[in-house]
Amino acid sequence: MAKLILLWLKCVVLWAIVEAVFEDQVGKFDWRQQYVGKVRFSHFDTHVQSSKKVLVATERNVFAALNTRTGELFWRHVDKTGSEGNIDALLQHGQDAVLVVGNGRLLRSWEINVGGLNWEVVLDSGSFQSACLVGQQDMVKHVAVLKKTAISVHYLSNGHQKWIENLPETETVDYQAVYSDGNGEVYVLGVVPHSHIAIVVYSMEDGEIIKQVNMSVEAPWLYNIQASCVVVGQGMLTCVDSAGVSFYMLDLHLQLQMTQVPLQSLALEVDPGFHPVLLSHQPNPARQPLSEFFLQLGPDHYQLLQLNNGQIAAMRDFKPSGFFGKQCYKIILEIQVKIVNLFSAETGRRLLDTTLINLRKFNSVFQLYVQAFLKKDDSVGYRAMVQTEDHTLTFIQQPGRVMWTREEALSDVVTMEMVDLPLTGTQAELEGEFGKKADGLMSMVMKRLSSQLILLQAWIGHLWKLFYDARKPRSQVKNDVTIENLSRDEFNLQKMMVMVTASGKLFGIDSKTGGILWRHYLHNVPPNAAFKLMVQRTTAHFPHPPQCTLLIKDKDTGLGTLHVFNPIFGKKSHVTPPALPQPILQSLMLPLMDQDYAKVLLLVDDQYKVSAFPSTKNVLQQLQEMAASIFFYLVDSSQGRLSGYRLRTDLSTEQIWEVIIPPEVQKIVSVKGKRPNEHVHSQGRVMGDRSVLYKYLNPNLLAVVTESTDLHQERSFIGILLIDGVTGRIIHEAIQRKARGPVHVVHSENWVVYEYWSTKSRRNEFSVIELYEGMELYNSTVFSSLDRPHAPQVLQQSYIFPSSISTMEATLTEKGITSRHLLIGLPSGGILSLPKMFLDPRRPEIVSEQSREENLIPYAPELLIRTEWFINYNQTVSRVRGIYTAPSGLESTCLVVAYGLDIYQTRVYPSKQFDVLKDDYDYMLISSVLFALFFATMISKRLAEVKLLNRAWR
Amino acid sequence: MARLPTFNVAVVSTVLFIACTDFVCCNNGRRVGDNLETEFSGFSVPLEHSFEVDDVAKFRVRGALVLKAGREPSVSLSQNQLSEDDRTKLKEVAAVDGLYRIRVPRVFLQADRQTERQMEGYLTAFVRACAMVESHLSDVISLHTDVSGYLIGVSIVTLPGACRGTEVEDEVDLEVFNTTLSIMAPVNAPGPETALFLERMEQESEKKGKNPQEQKSFFAKYWYLILGGAIFLMVSNSAQPPAGGGREQS
Repeated sequence: MAKLILLWLKCVVLWAIVEAVFEDQVGKFDWRQQYVGKVRFSHFDTHVQSSKKVLVATERNVFAALNTRTGELFWRHVDKTGSEGNIDALLQHGQDAVLVVGNGRLLRSWEINVGGLNWEVVLDSGSFQSACLVGQQDMVKHVAVLKKTAISVHYLSNGHQKWIENLPETETVDYQAVYSDGNGEVYVLGVVPHSHIAIVVYSMEDGEIIKQVNMSVEAPWLYNIQASCVVVGQGMLTCVDSAGVSFYMLDLHLQLQMTQVPLQSLALEVDPGFHPVLLSHQPNPARQPLSEFFLQLGPDHYQLLQLNNGQIAAMRDFKPSGFFGKQCYKIILEIQVKIVNLFSAETGRRLLDTTLINLRKFNSVFQLYVQAFLKKDDSVGYRAMVQTEDHTLTFIQQPGRVMWTREEALSDVVTMEMVDLPLTGTQAELEGEFGKKADGLMSMVMKRLSSQLILLQAWIGHLWKLFYDARKPRSQVKNDVTIENLSRDEFNLQKMMVMVTASGKLFGIDSKTGGILWRHYLHNVPPNAAFKLMVQRTTAHFPHPPQCTLLIKDKDTGLGTLHVFNPIFGKKSHVTPPALPQPILQSLMLPLMDQDYAKVLLLVDDQYKVSAFPSTKNVLQQLQEMAASIFFYLVDSSQGRLSGYRLRTDLSTEQIWEVIIPPEVQKIVSVKGKRPNEHVHSQGRVMGDRSVLYKYLNPNLLAVVTESTDLHQERSFIGILLIDGVTGRIIHEAIQRKARGPVHVVHSENWVVYEYWSTKSRRNEFSVIELYEGMELYNSTVFSSLDRPHAPQVLQQSYIFPSSISTMEATLTEKGITSRHLLIGLPSGGILSLPKMFLDPRRPEIVSEQSREENLIPYAPELLIRTEWFINYNQTVSRVRGIYTAPSGLESTCLVVAYGLDIYQTRVYPSKQFDVLKDDYDYMLISSVLFALFFATMISKRLAEVKLLNRAWR
Repeated sequence: MARLPTFNVAVVSTVLFIACTDFVCCNNGRRVGDNLETEFSGFSVPLEHSFEVDDVAKFRVRGALVLKAGREPSVSLSQNQLSEDDRTKLKEVAAVDGLYRIRVPRVFLQADRQTERQMEGYLTAFVRACAMVESHLSDVISLHTDVSGYLIGVSIVTLPGACRGTEVEDEVDLEVFNTTLSIMAPVNAPGPETALFLERMEQESEKKGKNPQEQKSFFAKYWYLILGGAIFLMVSNSAQPPAGGGREQS
């Protein structure tokens, strides 16, 4: 029996080891970064002194707790996108955080230590107005939620409804705010726009209306209470008019009449054009708010005011400031460019001023969350979380130390590119030798010798470093990547990820570690901008710096601007981009280069005039020569118009083809070309009978996807058109009946894969189209759209896919020898690597000898999701929006970045690592065998010689 | 001074040319009318072409397309010969690598009345003029419709499609169009083939059921292997049990 148990134990141990083989690669080639988005509400967890949590609720519908020491996430809850998961309010009390979600649809309570859900209740319908915690005798036990027509009060402990009351006179009065200060009454504040304020007072016990007052005010400006009024001190409703002329004050308890205090009497003046805002603070919902409050007079200008016996007194003016108060102390924190000042709110006296260390620069402060505390020696300490307009969260702790920064702009990446890192100084030296013009034999020899010497020196230095590092314990060896020591590795696996975010902030991220190496905030980016990032010059042209161009286009006006920068350092280039006075319709990158090796960017404006960037004489001359072979297309999806244009030598254009898809029947949803850096290694496929089926590899082919305007499930369809972008010839036209979008398309090589929703069978389906020229090639040397008279053969097959998908992309490798995989981002957060082999319209329904020879998988209508195909194992990537693939220097390896709320980077090997030796490759064995063989041959040779000699003597 | 005469010649030829084109136009116009009367069920739209040395499109009628609506729309084309001037001009255009363009008006095939059929705008396509010349005016024109019968695109290719710079005897080869015409509606993309697959699975399982070899149980099939393995194990165990254990531990 004991033996049996031992055996079982051995089995368990061995099994565990087998699992560990896979786990040791976790995080070796991949990394993930989790983000929360732009913060809307935030609270410090103050119920325990030692707590290091800050709660954030964001505009991306995420509720999370951040570690105040490191900035990492303790936990994170990602809700539905859109208005359904929108977080309307965040209230915190003790260990509970109460959230109102989805325009007042749900009320949720979270336990903030572990992030578990306490309870969730569905609220009655009605649009959400306001919510507040209600306390009584210093105990907070209820939460009040104000809707358009009703007010309800719930228990904090279990979410049960205590009472719900319909509001009176909802036809005329617009109720907007709810307030309570712990005296057993709940005040609901409403407004009849431009005429009077209505106040309804409810009893906390049973929801009975205690008092109902309509206070007539001469206030044509008053229509939004939350924007212009706050409750200050002992229940004094204080409002400021939008022009910034006067204060209006009303005692909520007495409700006598509104008193008016002109701002001028306090010697205050609002910045011209600015809408003044009042900010007050209620530290404890069971107590009254502080009597000190802020009046924001300008974007960066705050005024501290104090309400004393019904009189307002101006205290002091501040730069961007945050407020924190408890009963015993009230603190104001002011942030200037590099200085943090602390003031006492009661007296306006300065308590502390500290200088910020290790901080680059604040972009203009957007929101400020402050926590202050008394230290052991009774001095005041502070912590502050600052959100700036570029969506950066910075956490500052006394004395002015920046604890961490989080770049929340990265939660909304719009587009990205991967750029090769530059060569090291020595490599560049060698390269430079070939780049320069020859100046005499002797000097060339000297240059060669000197560069060889430099190489030798670098190599010795490298060896020394290896030796030195080998003696140190592994944990101490750190390869910190900084912008100074960036250099390309042997196989070009490490690249610079240039990411463009919706907020207009650009990032340069090291693909190996995920470290942010540079950031650049573009001011004045319109909120609905569309971005297009192009690499004009790669790092291959030393000494010219690499150059990226970002086209920022306002979607409404079509006006664009160009931002030219160095992708490795993030610096703005000294090259001045052309001003674009006309709306831009199309931009295209040509393979032409100017004398500085920058690719030419053509911009087509709404007058169909073309401008080139860079536009040197050289470029213009090249353009004139090439003009007849430069074609481009425009898509106007509102009119269903696809049109092709040709460039003329004078840089004007002429329309040469036009296809019009009537928008009444179907609308164009996407147009996909092929990636310009894609290589196809093999021109055809070898069939079972050794003949070759040639692929139709048209680089100008466009896949146009349309969706029907009729959404009835019997009549809806999606259409796929394959159009040649040069001649406008419709190569193939197919419709998928009883199908609906959203359609995801990948177009590469000679195939198009698309995914759609089948309304008939109520499932997701994949379809693949492959194009073949046939058994012989029309013109094997060069492909010209103008000279391909025969239409290709079109093969198509469809499959059932068991999940919906978020995004799709194909792998890309250096030479295109490696087989292709499709990378599919699933809504569950997995990234699936599906071999293209399974999406092959030549999969036979009946297996024959020939198809077996060809290694075709027999057709099965369902594509299975195998768990080993998930490339991100347990690293869930929330809300994947896009997947970017880039080739590496190794043919087997493709670099993958998935972005959405999170960013995940990894490598994939679609055909396994056929060009890399395994990590555990036995070098000792192979070299010892080699040596042994070598010596064996030497000895046997010697022996043979001796034998021959002996035989000769005989 | 020397330029003046050539200029005059140019003017004269242009005038002549315009007159000629007018004449051709008229001629065509009448033919289109004829077609309308004769083809009762179908209807006719002009097919126009343009080839200019300066590449500014001036479309003239090349022929008439007679379209027949219905479940399977069909199309036929009647077209004129190229006139003497057109031939020379086409060759001139080919020499400067100009374009030969065609266009057809947008039409809706399924409509009942003529007024509803015509829509605003044209669909255009092009080939290189030299390809047109070198293929001796043999072109393939296809018209594409969408699901509901709107004409959405037209395409033209020549056979052969290449421009090799070969001389063409105009009189014989550039007179008559040798056009292959087709009208194409979108094909229905296939859905997943579940029925066939299930059928095949059934057949396979039936086959398996029929085959007695497959029905044998695991032990019945491999009893000799198992027996052999067992005997081998017994023999090796009884021979030297300690050696095996020792090796395992090292």
